[in-house]
This record gives sequence, C-alpha cells and structure tokens, in this order.
Amino acid sequence: MRALTWHGNGDVRVDTVPDPEIINPRDAVIRVTSTAICGSDLHLYDGVIPGMKQGDILGHQFMGVVEDVGAKSTLKVGQRVVVPFTISCGRCFFCEQQQFSACDNGNPVENQDASEKLYGHAMGGAFGYSHLTGGYPGGQAEYVRVPYSDVGPIVVPDGLDDEQVLFLSDILPTGWMAAENADITPGDTVAVWGCGPVGLFCVQSAVLMGAAQVIAIDHHPHRLELAARFGAKTINFDETHVGEALMEMTGGIGPDAVIDAVGMEAHGWAPDNVLDVVKQKIGMGADRGHALRQALLAVRKGGRVSIPGVYGGMLDKWPLGAMMEKGLELRSGQTHVQRYTQDLLRRIEEGEIDTTFLISHRLSLEEAPTGYKNFRDKQNEWTKVVLRPN
Amino acid sequence: MSTEQISDDAPLRTRRDDKSGDLAFVGRSVTINRPRAELFAYWRDFQNLPMFMENVEKMEFTGSDRAVWTIKAPVGTKVEIETEITEVVEDSSISWRSTEGSQIKTEGRVSFTDAPGDRGTIVSADIGYTPPAGDLGRAVAKLFMAEPNIQARHELKRFKMLMETGEITTPINHR
Ligand SMILES: NC(=O)c1ccc[n+]([C@@H]2O[C@H](COP(=O)([O-])OP(=O)(O)OC[C@H]3O[C@@H](n4cnc5c(N)ncnc54)[C@H](O)[C@@H]3O)[C@@H](O)[C@H]2O)c1
Ligand SMILES: [Zn+2]
Ligand SMILES: [Zn+2]
Repeated sequence: MRALTWHGNGDVRVDTVPDPEIINPRDAVIRVTSTAICGSDLHLYDGVIPGMKQGDILGHQFMGVVEDVGAKSTLKVGQRVVVPFTISCGRCFFCEQQQFSACDNGNPVENQDASEKLYGHAMGGAFGYSHLTGGYPGGQAEYVRVPYSDVGPIVVPDGLDDEQVLFLSDILPTGWMAAENADITPGDTVAVWGCGPVGLFCVQSAVLMGAAQVIAIDHHPHRLELAARFGAKTINFDETHVGEALMEMTGGIGPDAVIDAVGMEAHGWAPDNVLDVVKQKIGMGADRGHALRQALLAVRKGGRVSIPGVYGGMLDKWPLGAMMEKGLELRSGQTHVQRYTQDLLRRIEEGEIDTTFLISHRLSLEEAPTGYKNFRDKQNEWTKVVLRPN
Repeated sequence: MSTEQISDDAPLRTRRDDKSGDLAFVGRSVTINRPRAELFAYWRDFQNLPMFMENVEKMEFTGSDRAVWTIKAPVGTKVEIETEITEVVEDSSISWRSTEGSQIKTEGRVSFTDAPGDRGTIVSADIGYTPPAGDLGRAVAKLFMAEPNIQARHELKRFKMLMETGEITTPINHR
C-alpha cells in the first residue's frame, strides 16, 4: 500500500510499504477513506518530539471502511468507522475511569520505558505518534491496523459525510475537553491562544458551554476570522499587546479561564520565545512556552488554566509564582477521546456543532508532503488539510 | 529473602542497599484489574509463563516442582537455569530458587495481594541475583542478568496486558 512516512526534519514522503494484517484477536484493519494532518503532526515534522524512526507511518486522524477483523473484534466488515487517535484497552483502571489516553495497555511494553524515564510514568498508546506512544503505524495510509477495535472506533450512522465526522478522531473532542477543563460557567470570559483547528473547536465548545465572552488570540487574520464566525472577539498578537488587551476587555479582571491551544511551537519574537527556539533547535528537549506563560499571567486570580497544546519535554521560566500566588487551577492532557465521541456525534447529527468550516484543502495521499509543508508554512490560508487515500 | 531489621516500610528492591546475603534484589509491582485467585491460578500453571516471558524459550519439568528454563540471552546465546519451588501460599505467593549446580544463582518470589479501592490485585516480583563479579559466571551473568530489573518490569507488564485485555499489544503490522 501507499503511506506517508517520516524520514527526518521537514522530510515526509509517500512510500510503498506492506499492507497491515490482523495480529491480535481484537484488531481490525481499516481501509482509509479520509485522514487529516494535525498540528501535532507538525511537531513531528519539525522534529521537536523525540522517539521518531525513519519510515514511521504518520497520521492519527483517520476514518474508513472495515476491511478485516480479528476473532474478538466487534466490528463488521464493510462498516464505516472513525477511529480515536488514542489506543485504549477499555479494561484497565484508567479506561474504567474514562481516562482513555492514560490507558495502561495501549503502549507496547518495550516502548513504555522511555516515557517512564521521561515523565515518571509510561504514556498511553497513539497512532502514528513516535515510539514514545507505541510506534504504531498511523492512518495517513491506504490501510491501518486498529488494535482494541472493540473499544475505540465509532460506527458512523448513514447520512453523515466523512468530513462531518472525521474530527471525532481527535481535534473535536480535544477542543471540547479543553473547554470542559476550563470549567466554564455562564457569564465567564474565556481566552483561547491559537486559532488552529484545536483552538477553533475550543472556541466553538466554549460558546456552547455558555461562556459570555470568548476571546481568540492568533496572528493569522483568516484564522481569527474563522474564530469570529462563532462569536469570538479577536486579538492579533502581531498588532496588539495581548496581556493589556485582555485586561481591558475584561474590565480589569482578566479572563476567568485561559486555554493554550498553541503548544510547544509558539510563534513570536518575544525574548522568552527566541531563547526557547534556540534551545529547541540545539536539542535540549526544550518546549517553547511563550503562549502558556502569557496565559498564566493574563488569567484572573483564582482562574482556570486548560492546556490542550502539546508539550513534550522541559520548560524554563515557568511562572510558578503566578500559579501559586493567584491560586490557579491547571488541567491538561492528551484527550480522552472515547469519553466524548458519542455525545459529540449526537451534536454533529443535530447540527449543533459545525465540523467542516475549517477544512481549506482536500488532497490525495500522494500530495500529502505538499499538505505538510503548506499547513506549516502558509497557516493563514491552509487551516486544515484532509487527505483522501482511496 | 531478607528479614533484616530495616527502618522503613519500603521493599528491599527499592533500598539503596538492596542486598540480602550475596544476592542483590530487583523487582516491580503492577496493579492488575482482575481478581487475585484468577491471576494466581494462571501463574501457578507454569506452562503459561512463556506466554508473557518472551525470553523464555523453553521450560521443561524435571520434577513436580523443578524445571529447567532455557532463556534467550543477547547475541544469540542461551542460558539454562534449573529452579525449584520453595514455597507456595495458595492465592498469595510463589517462591523459587535455583538448584545447587545451576548455571546461575537466583531466587525470587511473586506475590499477589488485593489492591485497595477495588482496583484488582497488586502483583509484585522480587528477584535476587548475583551481581556480576570477576568469576567464571561473569559473562553469563552479564548477558542474562545485566538488567533483570528491566526484564521483570517487562514481564509483569505483559502479564498485566494479557490478564486485563486478553492479548499483548504490539506495533508490529506483520507476522
Ligand atoms: N491534547 C491533545 O490531545 C491534542 C490533540 C490535538 C492537537 N493537540 C495540540 O494542540 C496544538 C494545536 O493544534 P492545531 O492542530 O490547532 O495546530 P496549528 O499548528 O494548526 O495551530 C496552532 C496555532 O497557534 C497559533 N500561535 C502560535 N503561536 C502563538 C502565540 N504565541 N499566541 C497565540 N497563537 C499562537 C498559530 O498561529 C496557529 O494558528 C498543538 O500543540 C497540537 O499538538 C493536542
Ligand atoms: Zn492530533
Ligand atoms: Zn486501558
């Protein structure tokens, strides 16, 4: 089959590789019909997440048609399914708590060692996302093997297009969980850093959860415009002092909750960010925390900090004092996708959530390398890329 | 295993001085979301052990509670250990040690206790081994026992996967 593979920084290629087979009884093999490039894939593309190997197949937002099933899969050949990016067993303590991304059994044993060292505990498993999370071949391919297929995949009801449901695999639940982690009560002001796909779903979710005011921050005018469609007020950080603007737009209180949907590759020429860029380039396992630092300073006293943006290593100049002295609450995490899929599917069916507005480009699998390049370098126009392998 | 007086409650395997006699102890605990009796029974049926002990190539009984283990070591070598069961406490623990004249001296215990808060069973392994020293056994010990800690960790995690999910997950796409 054809698949998008990683070969180094900024080097992804479409290669011919062997088709996957059923290995374990709970597996299924899916013929991929749609798959998207995620902001998280850009962290791999830019080489800032450790644990990648040449030839790794990327992709963790995908859906398709069940092609083959193991003896213990509950799926049926021919069913259309969306697959959560988190590989979760459904049986361990964490899965029972619905903390699916923390599943003890999603990450193969040998691949747990690295994160056990790095983070103190082994990470869960995910598709196409470095050997830290299992080294599983991803879904930017014609076929993909799906472990624990009796737990994760969502069978798509007739009448819904791929594009309407594809993002149930990742960014829609991620935006939703980030808003949930911000503990929004009616009347709140919520500020969202980053108007990429994740940030845009944060905005939409925060509005649905009753925020009185959502303020979206980015520097790409078109991305800000997309946020404004859902009623967000906008701040362009190239033109405006973000901290000051947030104070003035909240009557001197500061946002009740802040959401960092930027992650470890913050843009901007603020001194702390320039320093972080250098550290990241020389491979010190460093994260770039400019947006997060700004959010911690901006949030009101006793406010909530929600971090869906991905960080992988160490961060310097963490304003710990602001956290302690202002009494902040902080929540983060890889999304517990399976916890949200049924509820969000219903909201899509009922027309409550728009899931297609952000898609700017539809490409074939062969054109995936162009998709990566432009999704990174032309962010203003390339807001979301969907690939169609079959 | 050690019954020496120590000043805290931490297991021997986590102590700075992890020696008991001439053996050093390593090991690991996992919490498995299954009933104690079920896990004990699976482990007690030693024929099951190669299911999650991937470097055990072969196990042959040489008596009712004696077995010879053929263990894959790095660079294509193999080692054999003969063990005997020294104690079995039903639904609770299994202890073993290597027999006199076995290539490698080792002893160990796997214990099963109820986890608090209805989380299933805590399975702990304590494995004593001779730290590599400048004698004949050194090369072998190094190959096989270089990281018994890693081995114990991997085996217990595989055991947990198998018991909780019925399979052992893998990123491999082809047999
Ligand atoms: N928690 C999860 O499970 C999960 C799931 C999916 C994605 N993510 C992460 O979410 C983050 C966003 O993903 P995405 O797909 O939207 O990525 P993206 O790269 O398309 O979007 C990031 C946006 O942040 C903006 N930005 C950069 N620096 C900024 C700054 N200083 N202030 C404000 N905005 C800034 C960029 O202009 C861009 O529009 C990534 O870190 C990704 O890895 C997390
Ligand atoms: Zn993602
Ligand atoms: Zn699990």
